[in-house]
Amino acid sequence: MEQMTQSPPQQASDGAAADEREVVIRVRDLEVGFGTKTIMKNLDLDVYRGEILGFVGGSGQGKSVLTRAILGLTPTRHGTIEVFGRDLDRIPTRERRALERRWGVLFQQGALFSALTVKQNIQVPMREHLDMPQHLMDDLAMLKIDMVGLKPDAADKFPSELSGGMIKRAALARALSLDPDILFLDEPTSGLDPIGAADFDELIATLQRTLGLTVYMVTHDLDSLYTVCDRIAALAEGRIVAAGPIEAMLASDHPWVRSYFHGKRARAVTAADS
Amino acid sequence: MPLSTDALADDANLHEPALDRGEGARLDGVETLVAGGEWTAEHASAVERAAIQARFDEGPPEKVAIDLSGLSRLDTMGALILTQIRFGLEANGAQVDFVNEKEAHRILLREVSARHVEAPPVPHRSRFVNFLTEVGETMVMSWRDLVSGIAFLGEVFAAVARIALHPSRFRATALVNQIEQVAFKGVPIITLISFLVGAIIAQQGVFQLRQFGATTFVVDLVGILVLRELGVLLTSIMVAGRSGSAFTAEIGSMKMREEIDALRVMGLDPIEVLIVPRLLALVIGLPLLTFLSSMSAMFGALIVSWIYADISPDVFLARLQDAIALNTFFVGLIKAPFMALVIGVIACIEGLAVKGSAESLGRQVTSSVVKAIFMVIVMDGLFAIFFAAIDY
Repeated sequence: MEQMTQSPPQQASDGAAADEREVVIRVRDLEVGFGTKTIMKNLDLDVYRGEILGFVGGSGQGKSVLTRAILGLTPTRHGTIEVFGRDLDRIPTRERRALERRWGVLFQQGALFSALTVKQNIQVPMREHLDMPQHLMDDLAMLKIDMVGLKPDAADKFPSELSGGMIKRAALARALSLDPDILFLDEPTSGLDPIGAADFDELIATLQRTLGLTVYMVTHDLDSLYTVCDRIAALAEGRIVAAGPIEAMLASDHPWVRSYFHGKRARAVTAADS
Repeated sequence: MPLSTDALADDANLHEPALDRGEGARLDGVETLVAGGEWTAEHASAVERAAIQARFDEGPPEKVAIDLSGLSRLDTMGALILTQIRFGLEANGAQVDFVNEKEAHRILLREVSARHVEAPPVPHRSRFVNFLTEVGETMVMSWRDLVSGIAFLGEVFAAVARIALHPSRFRATALVNQIEQVAFKGVPIITLISFLVGAIIAQQGVFQLRQFGATTFVVDLVGILVLRELGVLLTSIMVAGRSGSAFTAEIGSMKMREEIDALRVMGLDPIEVLIVPRLLALVIGLPLLTFLSSMSAMFGALIVSWIYADISPDVFLARLQDAIALNTFFVGLIKAPFMALVIGVIACIEGLAVKGSAESLGRQVTSSVVKAIFMVIVMDGLFAIFFAAIDY
């Protein structure tokens, strides 16, 4: 099922080392649109095993649409999306279910089930997919709650009793419930204060190392891009206009990427870093 | 932890997690346990079964080495069980080491063992105590409901008085809009239901009264029943379901999205802006609807008595004139504004009680309708006692 397409332009900047790594998500020639409007066309994207990919793009450029397309929530018009080498449009339902257990998603607003406590939320995927005794699910849920930096007493709280930062952490614990290989994060630090955001970045980096995750992170947060992302992909005009480490972004001459990484806010981050 | 999707489809036996005693007897008190297979959440029960091997029923050894070289996969759950085995043995005085583990597994195990957490204990109480607590809580809540209802009514009257002093603050457009929503749009369903109920009562009345040869008394029956009780009750219950729930949902979703707070910080009084027009619309609309409902029910009765009992419309009307006096008509109508106030106040209080989540919105809407219907019936009973006492 190997797709032989022309090497996409952004891979040139990745360097030879990146090409040898295993690609876990491979998007080729993707076209997505609604009605008469085309959101993205001829889009290529690679995500490598074990990396944290930061995904940036202007508002309304289709960052969320691409994420939703990869997750199978938005229909595509053309092109292929391969996860672990399997074309998502062609695999049988049963295999797809198995595949879906290998990714965890942190939605922007958390999407915790409001009728369930944090602990029950984390146990939903376990209960549905695994044959696991209750006491073990309890132990495991408490472990995940601790791993994402929540206090044990948060376990029996309902989402409405949690603060914004706690909701993100609880939702992250649910995304990690089945020990996924890929973690999708949709603007994980939005709505958090800078300290909370930095803590969350640190948490993601730690979990990525501990659990050997591949992280796909949609973000606007320049600090996150600088501190935790191994590689960055920039979406503009409906395609990936630049991809690579932060240096490649700074060197890019695409106007949107330039204004993003050389704008006033970006300069402040660079100055603080150096 | 590489694993292709094929591996999931493969024979499960190959990946069966295992924990075996090492070859030979204890050497210098060192026991070896060899772990193998996939220690992952998919094999949770098998992992737990395997963990039984680490019990050492014959007494705990001094030192235990757990060999992890055979592990093909390890996830958080597997690491948790291994850590529990380790802590269990250590609690019995053994010294436990993990040996030959892979780098990734080592990181995970270190992370998990650093985080040994217990769920906070759940306070346990007897069922009887729980039952008493719930009864007590319900009583206290009911009392609070009553007090907050009266306080709210006071606030509304204060707002109405303020508006009366400054008529320019009166929101005529909002009031007209609410009257359209509450009264005008409710006309078809309320008249239809009343028509049917009137017809059904008349039909049963005719059948039962025929046995005594008193068929024409069906007019008295329907006239008094509909005008005194049924018209206003039916209308109130319908309005509680239609408009009470709508009020709670509208105000509740505004509360949820902080729109009420936005009104407040702009210097507007939410009671004046949102609640007074709604309550006034109900107080005006409900008597109008009650009148229509009564007329419609009697029209239903008229048609049915004509068909089943040959009581022609002019006989029906003449009989009706004898049967009822003006006070019968007013008894029903006087109740309507009070019912409107009860429904409106309950709906608005429940709306303002909505908290952050959409779930709480749903709960408050339900409770608004249930409380309003209950209170409407209680009020009707109180009125019945009152009118009987003053002989009206």
